[in-house]
Amino acid sequence: MEPIRKFTGRLAPLPINDIDTDQIIPARYLKTTDKLGLGQACFNDWRWNEDGTPKADFILNQPQYQGAEVLVAGNNFGCGSSREHAPWALLGMGFRAVVSTYFADIFRGNALKNGLLPIVVDEETKQQLISLAQEAPESTVTVDLEAQTLTLPDGRSVTFPIDPFSRYCLLNGVDQLGFLLGLDADVSAYEAANPQRVNTHIVA
Amino acid sequence: MAAHAKTLFEKVWDRHIVRPQTPDTPAVLYIDLHLVHEVTSPQAFALLRERGLKVRRPDRTLGTMDHSTPTTPRNELGIIPVVDAQAQKQLEQFTKNCQDFGIPLYALGTAKQGIVHVIGPEQGLTQPGMTIVCGDSHTSTHGAFGALAFGIGTSEVGHVLATQTLLQYKPKTMAVRVDGRLMPGVTAKDIILGIIAKIGVGGGTGYVLEYMGEAIRALSMEGRMTICNMSIEGGARAGMVAPDDTTFEYIAGRPAAPQGADFDRAVADWRTLPTDEGAAFDAEVTLNADELIPMITYGTNPGMGMPINGFVPDPDKQPTVDERVALDKALTYMGLRPNEPLLGKKIDVVFVGSCTNSRISDLREAARMIEGRKVAEGVRMLVVPGSQQVKAQAEREGLHEIFKAAGAEWREAGCSMCIAMNGDQLAPGQYAVSTSNRNFEGRQGKGGRTFLASPLTAVAAAVTGVITDPRELYEPALA
Ligand code: SF4
Repeated sequence: MEPIRKFTGRLAPLPINDIDTDQIIPARYLKTTDKLGLGQACFNDWRWNEDGTPKADFILNQPQYQGAEVLVAGNNFGCGSSREHAPWALLGMGFRAVVSTYFADIFRGNALKNGLLPIVVDEETKQQLISLAQEAPESTVTVDLEAQTLTLPDGRSVTFPIDPFSRYCLLNGVDQLGFLLGLDADVSAYEAANPQRVNTHIVA
Repeated sequence: MAAHAKTLFEKVWDRHIVRPQTPDTPAVLYIDLHLVHEVTSPQAFALLRERGLKVRRPDRTLGTMDHSTPTTPRNELGIIPVVDAQAQKQLEQFTKNCQDFGIPLYALGTAKQGIVHVIGPEQGLTQPGMTIVCGDSHTSTHGAFGALAFGIGTSEVGHVLATQTLLQYKPKTMAVRVDGRLMPGVTAKDIILGIIAKIGVGGGTGYVLEYMGEAIRALSMEGRMTICNMSIEGGARAGMVAPDDTTFEYIAGRPAAPQGADFDRAVADWRTLPTDEGAAFDAEVTLNADELIPMITYGTNPGMGMPINGFVPDPDKQPTVDERVALDKALTYMGLRPNEPLLGKKIDVVFVGSCTNSRISDLREAARMIEGRKVAEGVRMLVVPGSQQVKAQAEREGLHEIFKAAGAEWREAGCSMCIAMNGDQLAPGQYAVSTSNRNFEGRQGKGGRTFLASPLTAVAAAVTGVITDPRELYEPALA
């Protein structure tokens, strides 16, 4: 994974609460065995007509939001299904961060493991970012993971929370599996001390 | 006493710590059982291959095919044909993954295959005090046994395959107390729809729920599973019920359960799991079962639910702009008007199935109500057992004949129209009353509109062709 430190990008507004992962990537696109190629189907049913033309009334189809890297969404973004295809699809569509007042637990974890930053801000900041995206779509924000700040065009910075472990992994471009693999001895000790609960081979 | 009083969740959590949380790292949690299915695992197996890793404990891992498998009846060769080439490829890859890594697999068409959250309890693999994960958000179902069970993403599926552990921050706890007694015709599904309508789809975010109180204790294991299943629809990754005699009786004698003296020893241990008196929760909500009537959803998330005799809420009366916008969007999608009743609303399809309501007791209840009645003209009804074992049991009891005589389709086991990945889907604009757990836009087919409800409410809609209070048809109660 590429390390993430700091980037500057334009905003795209999607001020809808409770956007579930079925909207981010509908289930019929989950028959893939790949991570790539899901960007086209991101928000598929909101974004594309039956004939493949863009839906005019979907805000992310407007020309000023093409190439935006920071999605600003309503609260509880990513609720519902645990599909990691959701962050894969958002990354595939070009987003590097999603800003909301809070994220669904599984989505947040999945996003962090793929280098899509879930940035939690307060309601007021979220509203400001949405207005900014709507009224001045050409303006950019800077996300600094090291400093845990989001900087607005007027120079104002807000800090955002991120757990130290995810931050470390993202800054260094390492994935979390490596850490767990390093604990092999601890896992073996646990297994030795705790009897096996069930054996799936018995019911094979 | 109070100083070390622990909740059920804390007891299970503490037993599984491989490495405690530090200021820099989350806790490392041991996983007792890992269930895998075809849709959320391929990229995890690819990662293992890429890094030359093995599955650490294939004997604590079980695969089943459920999401993208068709549920169409078998052909003359006894085979369930997969018509979708991409699904076929995914199933083949899954078979190969399980073979290569030594994981037992319940493949399509075999005797134990079924929805991942139905087969675990069915085989006795789901037991109190365990940690259970799956790349599937409804893994919360298994919490009904007093296990800590939750959904994970595909990266985490890879972590568990390779190490049998997960990195986790300790969640908060919420007590969900349901006192009182259910009226006849009101079910576990109505309890959970009532709870989610109360806390909202995000209300449980960051929490593990523990369901307690008289009404929960009175439920069968199937009913408790229905409730824990939908914990995620309130935003909670896990929901739990303290194990009791109902739990132990359900587990006794199942293939993977401890046998003989081992079982007695296990039960003695499981009796130590329930929350200690005086243990503290971070939050608490209550619901009175006495006052509950059948629930139904009107919107596009499971929190948009109401009593079946209610009226569709009015966006103009919502307290905030965001809520007005959300409700307006939902009603537009659903083709509903503010303030209209749902009773009497014409429907097109009825789906009885999914990991929420496809167990034998669900099918028995549905069959009892539909017996001697007919599916209304113009309505399609699908009955999809949760597993091949449920299907076989239902057929031994003759339930399939009752459904077929009524004009319903009796199908093979799988997720079916809950997720619409396998050909079972709504046409755009169609209305369904569904016993599944998600009414998101397009969930049951692009443009399809879902009313979530109990199996009884589903049958009542099927036989009348309109949304109907099942208590009107619920004769056992009146007798
Ligand atoms: S039945 Fe539906 S909710 Fe349950 S596991 Fe299958 S797709 Fe998921």
